Amino acid sequence: MDILNALVAFLNFVFIPAAAYGAQLALGALGVTLIYGILRFSNFAHGDTMAFGTAATILATWGLQGLGITAGPLPTALLALPVGIAVTAAVVLGTDRIVYRFYRARRAAPIILVMASVGVMFVMNGLTRMLPGIGVNEIRFADGARFVIEVRSFREWSGLTEGLALKTTQALTLVVAVLVVWALFRFLNRTKSGKAMRAYSDNEDLALLSGIDPERVVRLTWIIAAALMTIAGTLYGLDKSFKAFNYFQILLPIFAAAIVGGLGNPLGAIAGGFVVAFSEVAVTYPWVKVAGYLFPGWQPDGLLQLLSTEYKFAVSFVILIIVLLFKPTGLFSGKSV
Amino acid sequence: MSTNRQAGASSPWRAPILFAILALLIILEGSWRSALFSGSWNTALAILNMGLISAITALGVNMQWGYAGLFNVGVVGFLALGGLAPVLVSLPPVEGGWAAGGPRVLVALASGLGTLALAVVLWRKLAKSWLRGLVVLAVLIAGFVLYRELFDPAVTAIEANQSARYGNLGGLGWPVLLSWPVGGLFAAAAAWGVGKVALGLRSDYLAIATLGIGEIIVAVLKNEEWLARGVKNITSIPRPVGYEIQLQQNPEFQQAAANWGFPVAEASGIWVKLSYMSLFLVVLLVLILLAELALKSPWGRMMRAIRDNETAAEAMGKNVTNRHLQVFVIGSAVIGIAGAMMITLDGLMAPTGYNPLRYTFLIWVMVIVGGSGNNWGAVLGAVLIWFLWIKAEAWGPQLMSLLTSPLPDGGLKSHLMSSAAHMRFIAMGAVLLLVLRFAPRGLVPEK
Repeated sequence: MDILNALVAFLNFVFIPAAAYGAQLALGALGVTLIYGILRFSNFAHGDTMAFGTAATILATWGLQGLGITAGPLPTALLALPVGIAVTAAVVLGTDRIVYRFYRARRAAPIILVMASVGVMFVMNGLTRMLPGIGVNEIRFADGARFVIEVRSFREWSGLTEGLALKTTQALTLVVAVLVVWALFRFLNRTKSGKAMRAYSDNEDLALLSGIDPERVVRLTWIIAAALMTIAGTLYGLDKSFKAFNYFQILLPIFAAAIVGGLGNPLGAIAGGFVVAFSEVAVTYPWVKVAGYLFPGWQPDGLLQLLSTEYKFAVSFVILIIVLLFKPTGLFSGKSV
Repeated sequence: MSTNRQAGASSPWRAPILFAILALLIILEGSWRSALFSGSWNTALAILNMGLISAITALGVNMQWGYAGLFNVGVVGFLALGGLAPVLVSLPPVEGGWAAGGPRVLVALASGLGTLALAVVLWRKLAKSWLRGLVVLAVLIAGFVLYRELFDPAVTAIEANQSARYGNLGGLGWPVLLSWPVGGLFAAAAAWGVGKVALGLRSDYLAIATLGIGEIIVAVLKNEEWLARGVKNITSIPRPVGYEIQLQQNPEFQQAAANWGFPVAEASGIWVKLSYMSLFLVVLLVLILLAELALKSPWGRMMRAIRDNETAAEAMGKNVTNRHLQVFVIGSAVIGIAGAMMITLDGLMAPTGYNPLRYTFLIWVMVIVGGSGNNWGAVLGAVLIWFLWIKAEAWGPQLMSLLTSPLPDGGLKSHLMSSAAHMRFIAMGAVLLLVLRFAPRGLVPEK
């Protein structure tokens, strides 16, 4: 019985939150890694573009709610996602046309593109704050049913002391992430455009010689990245809450995830997202409860928490450092260093 | 973008004219009370003082970017780390704080660093096998447990000591000016650690690693209350210059103020700010002198050669990674000095104020706009952008009300008016993008 209680506590406080967070990071890291693979620079505007996409989705959600349309037990934001993706894709294509294309045509050093993306980050940040009703506020926009599994009904059903909660947003995150990843990989591996993208990422010159239109590949990349950013941002916002600054801060775990997996490697980005999320949650979770069930005789005097939650960003940083030290190309061998 | 940033010549009058325009703007701010300017010398000097500190920060960033092409995205962290120095150097020690756990904290920190060093040594010395990984991992885990065993009780004891007023260790009680070089040392040490790991890899990796270290340093300052009281803030950091209240009571000063025709209260504020300004100017000029000398020396030529063509420089036998590490550490030290100066000027250590948009990316806009690779350009860009950043707070709503005046009163107009404050970010991003594209060499290009 105690082992079951320990398992449920572990699932409730570590596994489920980390899995949901990992899925959000993986979607974010997929966007970073795609842009890196095709456009060959680290996009610092990624976090703020996620914030913009989420804000657009929130506005569409409010519009739908105003019309009286909801998605029943699911969050209305799910219905609003296509609108958010379309708006974000338009904005992102606009920034590519105005900003990045110029440097791409001149084959500028990647660091110049990184710097340009910092400029885009500023503009995106300002744009997001200027959207009506968004500003710098913290916004909760999840509606519908809050839980798939509730603590109390789980306790009554199982007879355990520990309860298990599965929030709708967590379940939704996992389902959506699986669908998105499935669709993305199918696109990359089975369609002509996807193969063109992979060819371009592997060897630009060879791809050009075989008649692949580079501007088309770039446009496709931005549209897919915009979709990934909006979905990742919306899921993150539904799960926690929306605050523009948090999206700037999530940039570090996302980069860490992409590098851990190997920049430019989509499979690596997914693995990296989960590695970062599980380490972050495992290191900042106070294990005293789980230990109490597993070793009833043992009374530890601390919380058995390795790091306080304020330092969760340190975890992604340390993982990043370890990977850079020992395997700079990442676990799944991304692009050369 | 051309690989050689030294191509083309510009008018020798360009820099003096731009500096004259900047001086004029500040004089207008001080003397002309109107819709655009405040007409208060106190405001003008306050902007200038912060501008000078930004200039020193920009100088540090310019060394890293302009001399070596390194993209440091953790400026905020190095500034914050430098800001720790005035707290630890100049504050009087907290009574009972040191006795409560000071030595133990030091031992804990030493054991933590020792563990890392031991792990590195073992990794290098042991033969390559699966056993090596296990041994190093065991050392790290044991070291972490030991560190926490030593560290946690000490911190609890220190934070319990007079927790309402202090709860920290306090400082050494030395003169605050000493803390400026110490701030530089702190930042240099952190930069060495980051640079050692991230340099020599792809250029983006340094950017991402510095982004991380910046956030971590700020998180440490926010949470480690024994160090600098965390978010409870430290006030009353001693000043290197006089206090307004003493000046106001000084009969000689009252007389002098009357002679100038200023009210005593205003004159004392101006006097204090002028004293700060002269201190800052001395530091700035010394740093520029050293930087210019270094740039003109063989070392400077080598740095520019490396920046313009790493492969060629490497073929000539230059150790590119080591030179990068060197300039990264030096530049970060300059940023640390600026951080210590900023906390000295504010008299307040408030870690929640360290916002990366303001302290990392705004500094970058300053360097790019001013002219990367040119020290005077960085100074010009820093003071100018800081002036515009402050004034944009007032000018944004005015501009917005002008633009929206044809609109009928209502929701849209009031929304646009209220969001004018956020225009600053868009404006700064646009400035960065425009300069990067149309004038990549900045206002005062590299010679």
